[in-house]
Amino acid sequence: MQKAINRKDYYGGALMVLVGLGAIYAGTDYHVGSLSHMGPGFFPAALGGLLAITGLLIALSARSGQPSESVPGEGHGHGLPDLRGGVCIVLGILAFLLLGEYGGLLPATFAIVFISALGDRKNTVKQALILSVLMSLVAIVVFWWALQLQLPLFRWG
Amino acid sequence: MDLWYGFGVAFQWHNLAWSFFGVLVGNLIGVLPGMGALSAISILLPLTYVMSPVPAILMLAGIFYGSQYGGAIGAILLNLPSHPPHAVTCLDGYPLTKQGKGGTALGITMICSFFAASVGIIVMIFASPLLVEVAFKFGPTEIFSIMLLGLLAGATMSRGSALKGVAMTLFGLLCGVVGTDVNTGTIRLSFGLLDLSDGLELVAISMGLFGVADFLMSVNRMSIIGSGAKLKLRDMRPSKAEMKTAFMPMVRGTLVGTLFGAMPGTGPTITTFISYALERKLSKTPEKFGTGMIAGVASPEASSHSKTQVDFIPTMSLGIPGDAVMALILGALLIQGIQPGPQLITEHPDIFWGLIASFWVGNVLLMVLNVPLIGVWVKLLQVPYRYLFPSALFFIAVGVFSTQNNLFQIWEVLAFGLIGALLMTLEFSVAPILLGFVLGPMVEENFRRALLLSRGDMAVFIEHPISAWFIGASALLILVQVWAFLRRGKKKNKGNSEQLQTA
Repeated sequence: MQKAINRKDYYGGALMVLVGLGAIYAGTDYHVGSLSHMGPGFFPAALGGLLAITGLLIALSARSGQPSESVPGEGHGHGLPDLRGGVCIVLGILAFLLLGEYGGLLPATFAIVFISALGDRKNTVKQALILSVLMSLVAIVVFWWALQLQLPLFRWG
Repeated sequence: MDLWYGFGVAFQWHNLAWSFFGVLVGNLIGVLPGMGALSAISILLPLTYVMSPVPAILMLAGIFYGSQYGGAIGAILLNLPSHPPHAVTCLDGYPLTKQGKGGTALGITMICSFFAASVGIIVMIFASPLLVEVAFKFGPTEIFSIMLLGLLAGATMSRGSALKGVAMTLFGLLCGVVGTDVNTGTIRLSFGLLDLSDGLELVAISMGLFGVADFLMSVNRMSIIGSGAKLKLRDMRPSKAEMKTAFMPMVRGTLVGTLFGAMPGTGPTITTFISYALERKLSKTPEKFGTGMIAGVASPEASSHSKTQVDFIPTMSLGIPGDAVMALILGALLIQGIQPGPQLITEHPDIFWGLIASFWVGNVLLMVLNVPLIGVWVKLLQVPYRYLFPSALFFIAVGVFSTQNNLFQIWEVLAFGLIGALLMTLEFSVAPILLGFVLGPMVEENFRRALLLSRGDMAVFIEHPISAWFIGASALLILVQVWAFLRRGKKKNKGNSEQLQTA
């Protein structure tokens, strides 16, 4: 188990190094300038450098067998997200984006609730349907009527 | 005294009614996951165009602390900080809920916020001129140094390794860089997307990192958020022992909030992070933080509420808003044709003193309102997770959309949800990202300005006495971390070898 934790630190550190290097690369693309006259690229490049160093330290401390502190009491596990749930949540948000653009508030609301509800293995299609209808009512009463959200209930194209 | 005049203004029935309306609506909106003070005020801002200045500003202030308290409810019961300062409240408030003590946590929050707000109001009345003078001494050098200290404190307070906390803070600072550079107009790190030229949206980031990422991690792993324990009004009254544990953190949090409120540029988020870090450092059982410590709820909540009150000092008397919400209120004043500044107190005493008096009235209203309503909020606990997260997802999508009436923000939510899930899988704590993001632009701005003034001489940060204090404290913080890290390493190694022997 300990090995698994260390490997996570290793990957995490590597990820930070990558992001840091990316920021340095992007920063040098803009004008870096000097300390007294900093260009727009100075700050991101400096941050990237610091981030890369920190990432290196994280990876090194993982390598030297320094066990990372366990994180107690967190509300969720630390494995990768559940596949079905994760995919449905992402699809639900994408559906909201698509239907919000081309369909309006009502279909978008229905889609995001319905699709993401199906992500939970204990929800039946009927339950998901009822929930999405209820939320659509909330969308109409609270957001469209009371708060006058700037998104029409329906729109075409 | 002027304050009596203020109470006279606040108690005029229509002002009182608007204040009540603001508190009620703010509370309602604040409880909705995904909707914080920022969205609540922006949604109701158009309403103030047709109102006269005094009730308008009283209503906005009411929305502000109503939603702030509502946000604490969301953070404690649902682990959803709709307003960034509550990210810290989640750390210990949510574990308390899972232990079936959500009612107690809410009760403590209520008492703390009322106490802290009262202290903040008194400070605002008596110390306004003094604090304004101190704030005037802050140049870019000092502001940069205090932000550095705040960032370091925030990074090291995150659970798990301090190094990872620093990495997350840096990542947050980088997120703050995205958008148009104020000095040159260069669009940076926008990946060619025009919508990113205004920078990332704060609400979108916090909803992604704390809402969507958490759903991704918890889906099919959790059935009910609360332990299903029934909560009654009685449960909200903390026991004497709990009050005792909460009392000192409450006082300390209030002090931290008051101190930071006087400094323009330090938002409430940094304040709550620092007060939480302080409690953890002072605690006899720092390792228990994050598992449901009452001190971890009491202190940040108290600090954010006293900070909120004191924050009105720079906003009203200097015209420098402490954070985005203050900026919105400032904007509302400008729309009314009132220019906040040193002249405000003399030119518009009805607004200044009326506002102060209405703070107190509003906080009383908030308390009265939440005693009966708390049962409703607690009912949220009984909703099974499989119904809750799809609904919350919808509220997040609509709430984020409403901040700018732009669907693009929802893309940001999705992106940060995925980033957050990845980082959590790798055991990073995501809260410092938010702190870095909020302070990022200000840190850069002040860093550049300070070095421009000193002609590139870095020594300026130690040469200014106030700044030198902050830098010294930051250095001390790093040293303590390094020392603790080395010592812990030795201990752990020893423990491991012992385990091996017994195995």
